[in-house]
Amino acid sequence: MTRNRYETVFIITPVLSDEQTKDVIKKYKDLLKDKGAKITHEENWGMRKLAYPIQKKSTGFYYLMEFEADASVILPFETEFRRDERVIRFLTTRMDKFHIEYAEGRRDRETDRREKPKQTAAGTETKA
Amino acid sequence: MADNKNVRYLNPIAIDTKSERYCRFREKGFKYIDYKDPDFLLMLINEQGKILPRRLTGTSLKYQRRVGKAIKKARHIALLPYLADQLR
Repeated sequence: MTRNRYETVFIITPVLSDEQTKDVIKKYKDLLKDKGAKITHEENWGMRKLAYPIQKKSTGFYYLMEFEADASVILPFETEFRRDERVIRFLTTRMDKFHIEYAEGRRDRETDRREKPKQTAAGTETKA
Repeated sequence: MADNKNVRYLNPIAIDTKSERYCRFREKGFKYIDYKDPDFLLMLINEQGKILPRRLTGTSLKYQRRVGKAIKKARHIALLPYLADQLR
C-alpha cells in the first residue's frame, strides 16, 4: 500500500472543557497509531477567532497533525471526523515534496520561536 | 476627414508607461505556498476577500493556481473569510 505524508488541520468546538478537547485530540492520535500511522509533528494553535461563524460559533480550537500513513488509512480517519460532532471542521492534505520541505523548514522556525521564554498563557501555545 | 497627422489627443496616450511586472513567486523562488498562514495570503486578496487577478499581481499562471488552491483551503478552515468588508 503506498505510504504518503499527510497533514490534517481540524477545529474543535470551543464549548468543550479543556479536558474534553484533550481527549478529542487523544482519540484521533490513538486512531492513527493503531492504524499504523507515524505522527511526525503536531501543533496546537489553541483557541483562535474564526474568519466566519461555523455552527453559530465564532471561535474554535485549532489542532494540526502531520503524519505518515498508508493511503487506505485516510478514508476511515475522515469518516470518523465526520461522525464526531465535537469537530466542526477538518482538512486533510497530502504533502508533496515541496510541502514536506516547507514543513520541515517551518518546524525549525517554530521550535526556535518556542525556545523564547513564553509569556503567553501557559496552556495554549499561540502560533504567531 | 481630418487626416491623422494633425490630430492631437487631449491627453497623451500611455504606450510604454506600463511597468514591467514580474512574478514575485518566481523571483523569490517560492516552492510551496502554504495555506496555513493567513497574513501572507492577505496580500493576495482584495478588501472583499476576493482573490486578486493575475493582471494586478503579475503572478505567473503556475503560481496563481497554487495561490488559488491555498486561499480556498484557508477559507475552508476559516483562516480567511469567504466574503468580508474592508478586510485590511
